[in-house]
Amino acid sequence: MKKAPAAPEGSSYAARVQPVEAAGFQTWLVEDYAVPLVAFDFAFSSGSSQDPDGKEGAVAMLATLFDEGAGSLDSEAFHQALDDKAIEISFSADRDLLHGRLKTLTRHIDAAFGLLRAALVEPRLDPDAIERMRAQMTANLKREAKDPDALVGRAWRETAFPNHPYGRAARGTLDSLPRIERSDLVGLRERMSTRASVAAAAVGAIDAERLARLVEGVFAPLPATSALVSVPDVNLAGMGQRKLIDLDVPQATIRFGLPGLARHDPDYMAAVVVNHVLGGGVFSARLFKEVREKRGLAYSVHSQLVTHAHAGFFSGGTSTKNERAAESLAVIEEEIEKLASEGPSADELDKAKKYLIGSYALRFDTSTKIASHLVHLQSEGFPVDYLDRRNQEIANVTLEDTRRVAKRLFSQKKLLVAVAGRPEGL
Amino acid sequence: MAHFRLANGLEGVVIPDHRAPVVTHMIWYRNGSADDPQGKSGIAHFLEHLMFKGTKAHKQGHFSELVAELGGQENAFTSNDYTAYFQRVPKEHLGVLMEYEADRMKNLVLSDEVVAPERVQAALFAHHPYGTPIIGWEHEIEKLDRLDALAYYDRFYTPENAILVVAGDVGLDEVRSLAEDSYGRIPARGEPPRRARPQEPEPRAHRLVTLADDKVEQPSQQRVYLVPSYATAAPGGAEALEVLAHLLGGGPTSRLYKSLVMDRKIAVAAGAYYMGASLDQTRFWVYALPAPGVTLEALDAAVGEVIDEVARHGVAEDELTRAKTRLIADAVYAQDSQAALARWYGAALTTGSQVSDVQQWPARIDASTAQQVQEAARTWLAKPRAVTGFLLPEGEEDEGAANLEAASAHA
Repeated sequence: MKKAPAAPEGSSYAARVQPVEAAGFQTWLVEDYAVPLVAFDFAFSSGSSQDPDGKEGAVAMLATLFDEGAGSLDSEAFHQALDDKAIEISFSADRDLLHGRLKTLTRHIDAAFGLLRAALVEPRLDPDAIERMRAQMTANLKREAKDPDALVGRAWRETAFPNHPYGRAARGTLDSLPRIERSDLVGLRERMSTRASVAAAAVGAIDAERLARLVEGVFAPLPATSALVSVPDVNLAGMGQRKLIDLDVPQATIRFGLPGLARHDPDYMAAVVVNHVLGGGVFSARLFKEVREKRGLAYSVHSQLVTHAHAGFFSGGTSTKNERAAESLAVIEEEIEKLASEGPSADELDKAKKYLIGSYALRFDTSTKIASHLVHLQSEGFPVDYLDRRNQEIANVTLEDTRRVAKRLFSQKKLLVAVAGRPEGL
Repeated sequence: MAHFRLANGLEGVVIPDHRAPVVTHMIWYRNGSADDPQGKSGIAHFLEHLMFKGTKAHKQGHFSELVAELGGQENAFTSNDYTAYFQRVPKEHLGVLMEYEADRMKNLVLSDEVVAPERVQAALFAHHPYGTPIIGWEHEIEKLDRLDALAYYDRFYTPENAILVVAGDVGLDEVRSLAEDSYGRIPARGEPPRRARPQEPEPRAHRLVTLADDKVEQPSQQRVYLVPSYATAAPGGAEALEVLAHLLGGGPTSRLYKSLVMDRKIAVAAGAYYMGASLDQTRFWVYALPAPGVTLEALDAAVGEVIDEVARHGVAEDELTRAKTRLIADAVYAQDSQAALARWYGAALTTGSQVSDVQQWPARIDASTAQQVQEAARTWLAKPRAVTGFLLPEGEEDEGAANLEAASAHA
């Protein structure tokens, strides 16, 4: 059995990553033979923000079609070819990236990459497959038509990013889906799946040389350049606004937010710590203690920092009885204001750093999670050694940093709020 | 992997995975919502919440704060047949997790002060998507009190009724030694409680449930059959149902998808699944979402035709092989995730299976024959064994009933 390159004792994630050059980009490889499988993840740097006007959902639809027939294999034959060998190939789109994922047993590596090549280089985009995917996306939208989470999310985004792709419905609307034509999908595919900007990672039972050959085989036939619509950077709008969606349900679902930071802003890690103190997923978070523990207003309340390629924001949410929605929002606003003016305590800072540092390892315990995380880092513009620097960056955050950044994020800012339900007093 | 038993009856399973310095620590109790005493529905889930309320040594919130401080994750869940508590942390902290978990197995504080507010919260969760059956009926939850909780805790939360599953960057000796030092100090109570649930009589009549609601935009059809589980089936019987579920509705190459979505285009989605890890007889689900303009009755009839086709004419070798390949590959893919493996073993051991059953599962799946799969469809997917459900927008339910009679006449 092959042995992977050994990592130095008790240390480095980065040392286990081999950057493999092929097809004009790097694939980050973690070679490991413990389980006889390979996970390969990649992303093209373009996403649903490329949807043509009025054709929201087109990129999401394209993503569903890569595995619905390729080359000489129609949809059924392609799925059978995958299933015959338990190969998993899937695609998805988020706002900024078009993702692909492959997972295979070692004995079927060649077949798996062969099918991936077909899907990327020669997707058929057959009319009946398009109609089938359109119908599935439509059915999903219908199921969500009265779902409070979906409604409140959409209202919030539309207000936060008017006149910008980030404010549009990435999975389409009942109006836009019928307008998408095969020529739209073909055009998007030609412009978006290229070698111009690819992040990729492989984890498992494969060596660098074989990986390079397979990646070359899959991606070399793709164009070297993209013709993407440029997406401008944008700041969150709508601060201080409250959007109400009337829904006859006993609970109010609330979404709130403020402008945030770009991923490479020098204050970003301090902001991560501040957000963790406020509404990170632990029972000691301020929002959890005040909203759930003390007042029993909600089952869960949380907040997070979001960094898209062209916007950064802070957002959070909760669900509560209609009669207590106004109170819940008031408590949240009060806690944010308190944190802005006083910052975290030394004890909170200490605990937050311990959590953020200790939890990092938990991101790397399955091949698919590792591959996904490596692609994420690459697409955000980080080098491999960031894997070893990251914990130190958290450790370096001082109390003064958090006080300053809490002010920077929250002081004197009015939340953008969206609520679905029949909240009293709002 | 390794298996051991402590003197007090606690069973332990160790699943090594040295690829990341992380450990998953789980304790499973052999009791779930199906073990709720008559009139006390919701008590298993209720106890799950009470387990977070603190002990004499560690006040409420200390355990969770500890896990958070270590950068870990924790959660708990109550299912029909088991209740489980787990944490994932950097591996060097396994010992302290065992100490806390063993402490709350034995020393939970169940005063009125602690129990009463939780009843209020329990009513709040009636809106949470856990689903009413496990959570209990509202009128019964409201009556659960301290004595109920204490009686349940004393009966079910004992070392002989528990299984410890530890997966990750650990070895047998280390886990066993830490377990002796923590769980090992809890005296055994005696024999684990016998789990005697009222058994479902053999179903003799098909039932139709129609629900119409103004929040439903996308109608759907479901059918659920009462079938044997891994625990109750004859040898090979559960495996045949597992293969049948995948073949009928496990993805785009399945019979239901092919016929209803691709060929006839009367559904936008269709599938099937088998809930085999169950102590008693269990559920085999089939579902479909109609394409616009297709009635649920027509869709339901088509679902029935696909199932009947398998029952009458069996399955081809290539589709059988494909289904088996997929299921066996799932076992390999599961090795990639310490948490997934831990759950697989925990669910199996609390629903009447042994460690060796889990290990030999791929071989038993591989041994399934086309004949056994056809036999399973014929015997178990018979309409009198099923409940069919139609979920409709408000106002359409009456059309449904009338159309079904007409459709049945042609079935």
